[in-house]
Amino acid sequence: MITAERKPLSELVECVRPYGRILLLGCNECVTVCAAGGRKEVGLLASSLKMAFSKDGKNLDIKEITLERQCDPEYVEELAPHMGEAEAVLSMACGCGVQEVARRFMDKPVFPAVNTKFMGASERQGIWSERCAGCGDCVLGITGGICPIARCSKQLMNGPCGGSSGGKCEVDAEMDCAWQLIWDRLKALGLEKRYEENMPAKDWRPGRGAGPRKIIREDLAR
Amino acid sequence: MENFEPVVVAFACHYCAYTAADMAGTKRLSYPPNVKIIRVPCTGKVDMLHIMKAFEKGADGVCVAACLDGDCHFRTGNVRAASHVDAVRKLLDEIGVGGERLEMVALSAGMGERFAQIATEITEKIRKLGPSPVRKVSVAAGAA
Ligand code: FES
Repeated sequence: MITAERKPLSELVECVRPYGRILLLGCNECVTVCAAGGRKEVGLLASSLKMAFSKDGKNLDIKEITLERQCDPEYVEELAPHMGEAEAVLSMACGCGVQEVARRFMDKPVFPAVNTKFMGASERQGIWSERCAGCGDCVLGITGGICPIARCSKQLMNGPCGGSSGGKCEVDAEMDCAWQLIWDRLKALGLEKRYEENMPAKDWRPGRGAGPRKIIREDLAR
Repeated sequence: MENFEPVVVAFACHYCAYTAADMAGTKRLSYPPNVKIIRVPCTGKVDMLHIMKAFEKGADGVCVAACLDGDCHFRTGNVRAASHVDAVRKLLDEIGVGGERLEMVALSAGMGERFAQIATEITEKIRKLGPSPVRKVSVAAGAA
């Protein structure tokens, strides 16, 4: 999923200060799962903002709406009847959702309420960690199912580096060394030999090397 | 400020604090009427939003009263409640309302005296802290 974290309240208070009526948006997808911007977080933020302003004698009118998905125009369209009365929009969706709302409603100021972080997996309740960097040319099949691009601090294709000790990374003693994990997994699979093969330099063009990316599925887009 | 009577909302677990409050009543122990009790089936059921709404609607203090460690009838409801309370405290600090206005206590169903004592202590603590900044403004705004 795409993970995110709420921005500090003080930053959000400054964003909405000039306005009296705002639309606070949540998204039912990734940000709900990582507890950053679902219906519940929208409720908590609305309550927090109302209190923060009422403390200073100001009444902030907030309408809360959580869309099924904020990165799809079909769902964003549902906001049309509510846009008229809103002076600004605060969105708790990931960057994709925020931009989709901004694109559809050209004349409304739209502010992000979360910082979008990374594509990750849940380690356990309340802990998420980065797993995929969207490099566009997946190597998991040869690295034992552990991504050296997302999980090695140096994105090494032929690791580990000298900073790996006791299975941990020199960047942070709590951080697993991805190449240690790769080696352990290859060993478990009986594929130690594969480790001996040098991986060629990675072609970064399928990543961000050639500008913003787009997928066009002719059969669906027609 | 002299005649400030704080409003304290207590989310009381049915299996302990609520029964303890009942016992305090049966024993004719008096405790401040400032404490408004909301019975919940377990403190694990108290959502962060419930606590926030209490403050938003004008509570000066909130107390979450749970079963003693290891005594929750739903095993870990009180443990989860404790982490929710911590999170709301931080949020209240961020808002500027003050996390110290929210408290979590643990007691058993037989502790009528303890309940009365807690209710008194919390009311006094909130009285010292003064009215919640949220309520102060909404009351003033309502009067204007
Ligand atoms: S049953 Fe009392 S706190 Fe869970």
